[in-house]
Amino acid sequence: MAERLRRARGRDPLGLRRALSGPLLPGLVAAMALLAALAMAGAVAAAAMAARWEGGAAAAMMVQLPANAQTGPAAAALAALPGVAEAIPLERERLAALLRPWLGDAAGLPLPGMIELRLSTLGAGVEALPEAIQAAIPGARVEAHGIWVARLSALARSLEALAWLVLALVGAVAAAMVAVATRAGIAARHATIVILHDMGATDSTIASRFAGRIAFLAGLGAVLGAVLAAPLLYLLGGLAAPLLGNALAMPWGGLAALPPAAALIAWLTAQAAVRLWLRGLP
Amino acid sequence: MVRLEDITLRYRPGAAPALSGLDFALEGGSFTWLMGPSGAGKSSLLKLLHLAILPSEGRLNVMGTAIHAAGRKELPALRRRIGVVFQDFRLLPHLDVLENVALPLRIAGRGEQQLLADATELLRWVGLAERMKDRPEALSGGEQQRVALARAVVARPALLLADEPTSNLDAEQSRRMVNLLRQMHRLGSTVIVATHNEALPDEYPAPILRLEGGRLASHG
Repeated sequence: MAERLRRARGRDPLGLRRALSGPLLPGLVAAMALLAALAMAGAVAAAAMAARWEGGAAAAMMVQLPANAQTGPAAAALAALPGVAEAIPLERERLAALLRPWLGDAAGLPLPGMIELRLSTLGAGVEALPEAIQAAIPGARVEAHGIWVARLSALARSLEALAWLVLALVGAVAAAMVAVATRAGIAARHATIVILHDMGATDSTIASRFAGRIAFLAGLGAVLGAVLAAPLLYLLGGLAAPLLGNALAMPWGGLAALPPAAALIAWLTAQAAVRLWLRGLP
Repeated sequence: MVRLEDITLRYRPGAAPALSGLDFALEGGSFTWLMGPSGAGKSSLLKLLHLAILPSEGRLNVMGTAIHAAGRKELPALRRRIGVVFQDFRLLPHLDVLENVALPLRIAGRGEQQLLADATELLRWVGLAERMKDRPEALSGGEQQRVALARAVVARPALLLADEPTSNLDAEQSRRMVNLLRQMHRLGSTVIVATHNEALPDEYPAPILRLEGGRLASHG
């Protein structure tokens, strides 16, 4: 046992197990990994919501025809409008079925002609569509809730972009943290590094030892962060399920990717920081 | 082995030179005493020769490589062929004696079994095999000096530099240290020993390189 410990120390000539041993770095990386997991889940959920709303909005604009309008020609005129992918006349039976919960089986009632519009885009052109419909079929009434859905969808897309931005920011802060920890390690082992350098150790050898140790600690912290994030995301997913369906499903793949991603960021950052410092030696 | 042409060394741009106008050559396989009073530039010259610093001006050639023209990536391989016994030992306090001695072999990428065998052999050579598991702090100054020597020679360096290797030793220990250095010389290493002890060259005659005020005062 003592011999194994002695050999392990020998394979760590910079003494980094002692110089970089505190819980600070893994703890901070764990906090960053937790934030990253939340941001990632937020981005995925926002993307799922936006996609669902976009799908719903595409079939959500209804046009009520005036009493004298013929359904067939009106549908053809509406289908020709820019931004309209399809104009589908609603059959009388389907309309009666939609009204049955409120009016009962009122077969004698005169029902207006209704046309469902599927839009090819939910972009800026949607705003102008009700006016174009009025111009094409004077007296038509437009139920334009698709525009509101489009706005909600755009909001969800913005939230998604914001969440990815937060994730990138968390990555950048983690990299800065690793750089500071690496500089602290260099300061603690300054004399030893110079001795190894003077004995012929290459920049690559010294940087790799630092990077390996720092990547191990960051990976460890990220595992802890992912483990803490899992029950939290499960809880949030359960709370949001009635509103969002399975949009907040557990991102197992993302959680599993956190430790290797954290280790990779730490390894690259430590390599760069140590090599930059070593450039100051001849 | 070593050639200096009009070498000047400044630690900072614009500062007074620590070494200036040095011009000499040392043959491979030679043993040289480097002498001079404190502040003469002995340690600076040794730092220059083991490439811990680079000259500010002039041309330096070490073991066939023109250092002034060499790229930074060429230097580590050259440093691995140079052994240095530092005046302050520079043993790593977190490693035991055996691992300190094995360090140059680890840096050179030797296998675990071979490097431990070689380091143990060198510790036997300097008479410290029984202290191999101790930390440097547990050793006396003389013992630490011998560990530093073992570390400097374990990779069989072509060029061996020693900075005041006897300054912390009594007469008996000093004699033993010089004998170890001379053994390395007999084994083929080029040896340069810095000392301000004027008695050593009388006892062990060899060419003397004398510095004064950072300049070469005499060589021969």
